[in-house]
Amino acid sequence: MKIPFKFLLVLAILPLSTFADSGNKYGGENRGKPLQPAKINPKWQAECASCHIAYAPGLLPAESWRKMMSSLDRHFDSDASLTDPENKEISAFLVSNASNRWSAPTAPLRITESAWFKAKHDAREIAPDVWKRPAVKSPANCQACHVDAAKADFNEHRIKIPK
Amino acid sequence: MKKLLSTLALSLSLSAIAAENTSLEIYRSAAKQGGATFKDFSATRGQTFYNAKSGDLSCASCHTDSPKAAGKHATTGKDILPLAPTVNAERFSDPAKVEKWFKRNCNEVLKRVCTAQEKGDFMSYVLSVK
Repeated sequence: MKIPFKFLLVLAILPLSTFADSGNKYGGENRGKPLQPAKINPKWQAECASCHIAYAPGLLPAESWRKMMSSLDRHFDSDASLTDPENKEISAFLVSNASNRWSAPTAPLRITESAWFKAKHDAREIAPDVWKRPAVKSPANCQACHVDAAKADFNEHRIKIPK
Repeated sequence: MKKLLSTLALSLSLSAIAAENTSLEIYRSAAKQGGATFKDFSATRGQTFYNAKSGDLSCASCHTDSPKAAGKHATTGKDILPLAPTVNAERFSDPAKVEKWFKRNCNEVLKRVCTAQEKGDFMSYVLSVK
């Protein structure tokens, strides 16, 4: 029996689209949509942005934020501890706006360790030397290229990679 | 009671005006309660403390050699506004914020909490920079 090539092609593509629909894109490690609610919490903004941009809550799943907020005294080798009321308020904002497309049981602390991040920034997309440029410094430095990262704008048409 | 409260409020505001800084007075009270050895805060001692290295780090590592200059966060590269109120009036104006950063930064640089004496010395130095 001769199966038409077109049909085989459809079969090959089918599982991909099925994954996308069932929330398993990037192995279930997908960022949320939206990344950030329209109404943001001022304390979250002020406190997180005192050392780096206030990373959008939808970049990680709720469990990541729970882990993050319960270990702020050892936050990537820095002490970022908050008072209990501040911690409670900011945690609630992060958890309730965490990624709504994350189905994997994983909960990384680093955004850069998530499957969606790695896929979007693999060596075909970003040459390895780009990460080493002084103006970029680290993959955690979103706004080096995503100019409006602090406003959760990661639109690929507004990327400016520093020379 | 009301009279007592208003007298208290008046004396508090008077001492705040005289000392010009609420945080510093909070640390002064704490240092006094800490024992009879407390004499006063010293800007000179504060300057030594500011520059003293503990391991690889000192206050100056991020805040630069001059409290009047802007610094950069060692890891994230984020700008740190100058510490000295003479060029950055917002500094030392919110006691909760002052205490929050002493807690974090003493833990990070010295791996311990700072004493009220150290905080007061540090503040006296930074406040003395004109």
